[in-house]
Amino acid sequence: MRVALFLTCVNDTLYPDTGRAVVKLLTRLGVEVDFPMAQTCCGQAHYNTGYRHEAEPLARHFSDVFGEYEAIVTPSGSCGAMVRELYPRMGERARAEGRGDTLAATLAPVVPKTYELTEFLVDVLGVTDVGAYYPRKVTYHPTCHGLRSLGLGDRPRRLLDAVKGLELVELPGADECCGFGGTFALKNPDVSAAMGADKVRNAESTGADVLCAADNSCLMHIGGTMARLETELRPVHIAEILASTEEEPAV
Amino acid sequence: MSGTFVGMPAFPEAARAAVGDQTLRGNLRHATHTIRAKRAKAVAEVSDWDQLREAGKRIKDHTLRHLDRYLVQLEERVTAAGGTVHWAADAEEANRIVAALVAETGESEVVKVKSMATQEIGLNEALEAEGVHAYETDLAELIVQLGKDRPSHILVPAIHRNRGEIRDIFRREMSEWGRPAPEGLTDTPAELAEAARVHLREKFLRAKVGVSGANFMIAETGTLVVVESEGNGRMCLTLPETLISVVGIEKILPTWRDLEVFLQTLPRSSTAERMNPYTSMWTGTTDEDGPRAFHLVLLDNGRTDTLADEVGRQALRCIRCSACLNVCPVYERAGGHAYGSVYPGPIGAILSPQLRGTASEIDASLPYASSLCGACYEVCPVAIDIPEVLVRLRERVVEGGPVVRDGNRVVLRPAKGHAAERAAMRAARWAFARPGALRAGQRLASRTRGLHPRTLPGPGRAWSATRDLPAVPAEPFRDWWQRTHGGEEAK
Repeated sequence: MRVALFLTCVNDTLYPDTGRAVVKLLTRLGVEVDFPMAQTCCGQAHYNTGYRHEAEPLARHFSDVFGEYEAIVTPSGSCGAMVRELYPRMGERARAEGRGDTLAATLAPVVPKTYELTEFLVDVLGVTDVGAYYPRKVTYHPTCHGLRSLGLGDRPRRLLDAVKGLELVELPGADECCGFGGTFALKNPDVSAAMGADKVRNAESTGADVLCAADNSCLMHIGGTMARLETELRPVHIAEILASTEEEPAV
Repeated sequence: MSGTFVGMPAFPEAARAAVGDQTLRGNLRHATHTIRAKRAKAVAEVSDWDQLREAGKRIKDHTLRHLDRYLVQLEERVTAAGGTVHWAADAEEANRIVAALVAETGESEVVKVKSMATQEIGLNEALEAEGVHAYETDLAELIVQLGKDRPSHILVPAIHRNRGEIRDIFRREMSEWGRPAPEGLTDTPAELAEAARVHLREKFLRAKVGVSGANFMIAETGTLVVVESEGNGRMCLTLPETLISVVGIEKILPTWRDLEVFLQTLPRSSTAERMNPYTSMWTGTTDEDGPRAFHLVLLDNGRTDTLADEVGRQALRCIRCSACLNVCPVYERAGGHAYGSVYPGPIGAILSPQLRGTASEIDASLPYASSLCGACYEVCPVAIDIPEVLVRLRERVVEGGPVVRDGNRVVLRPAKGHAAERAAMRAARWAFARPGALRAGQRLASRTRGLHPRTLPGPGRAWSATRDLPAVPAEPFRDWWQRTHGGEEAK
């Protein structure tokens, strides 16, 4: 099977290790991975901040770049939700504005083919044991868009449970938002920081070494808060845990 | 915190004070977490919750689509049952109508059962200006009124107060308004409740005019419904000689049958009860019992305008259960006052800017008072997609566009203060539409990474004040991919 990796602009620019981990993991599982070099950004920040008309050309560009692939895999719950949940809505809104079906028709092909990484592993490849080894105590934060927009359910936990050496501990208040919310962190810094601090304290209370999530944007916020609160905890993307093996363990 | 909501600062500033107030944060955290857990349990008991939620959504949508027809039907039935219907386009008109009705009775005081609509229009203040005292009889509303405070929660207006604060308010203020608090009042719930009961009983027995809201109005029979926990509502509805009910036009339901859905979903969503203790229904007047005169004031105040927006109109499905407040991580930290409205929390963030418009600073900031986590949508018993409406309203703030105001179609200009953001969004879109530009930017960031400051200038300062920025990697992914997999560079 050949899939396109939609890495997201945040991962590409700031978290290339996550991208390398996805490539390593999928290749190990026999998937042929392509990275279309013309990919940029799905437009989520624009859309969610109220700039829907600025997001439209980015969505069109996304469809141009990824439209031909059999499946599109992304290690980001929120960018995955942008394509799956909000691209159809953008099409509907364009229709409601009397602009016809053009946008909806352009975006339609990529919508059902876009998968968040853990969803792709469990639903499409049908695996929960990906042969990973990660000898650490890990707590899992289900990010809001992964949890509620994509409905990832227990897929990430099942994958983590099957990792050799990994001890999974429950995070108190797991379902509560970490306070990132894209531009929310800039527009409401005090509330955002308070939410982040509570998330970190909850994670600390588990005694875990690592807080794991399936979205680097949330991990950037949580990790930035951890660094400031000087905790021993580390933020790690789930792809890096799943890519880790006894032969080549993640650092 | 007394006074009106007009001239409130934008949400971020109002929230900053709340986040820093440890007592307030403790009170809110305790209350919201307790009720959150109870609600989840009460909802889990019902096997057909999803169907009930869908039914509630459909009934409300159907009613809103045919609102004109059902309102006319309601007016006919209320009139036939001996009541009088008054139509109020806005707050001022509603207040004028109620003040005139009270003046006709010659009374100078009224008792009230909790009504958000009268809070929304500032009825108490308007009556006060006419020399009429309005006494709140809901326990929490009483605490708020005595404390010269404002409600901060839809269902638990005094959620921001703890028992010690309530005892102090009772001791200090009750004598100003009527029967004083008993000597040596402590902060035990039973003593506080008894003090309020005795204080209120005097008011109930004296008042000749009652003012109420309603949770529902039934078009086919002209019946109004109030759902409450304390019994004060029943006192207000039955003891006075004149009853004036002020109700938003969206509170209508076509038939009795429709109530079945909401009398299940409302108590479980709000107080986490299977059934609320008091459900009172009244239809017009009867000769032997209850008020001799019944007036229904139907309030628009921005509701018809809201109905004109195809995305935003779903906010009018709201049954004021407050489940969205109790689950919202932003409300939990910011408290209700920061929302600058009688409708706080996620529902307030979408209702207020629609009812009042986005011209004021507070109303323009409310659509951004959310991380879009979606917890509010998940718990809403009428499935209002609050995040969707928030984004829709953000669009209205930054892009402007057509809206309906006072029944007229007008085109809004983008709100002020977003010029830099708009420029940044456009620049980002320009770069993202050109993979080559994105790559050049990434390379520049990588090459200069030793020079990056740990704190950001401008709007980014708020971020780096409490969080460390991630370090820019030496090589972005796409460069690594091209180096190892030989991908074609895109222009």
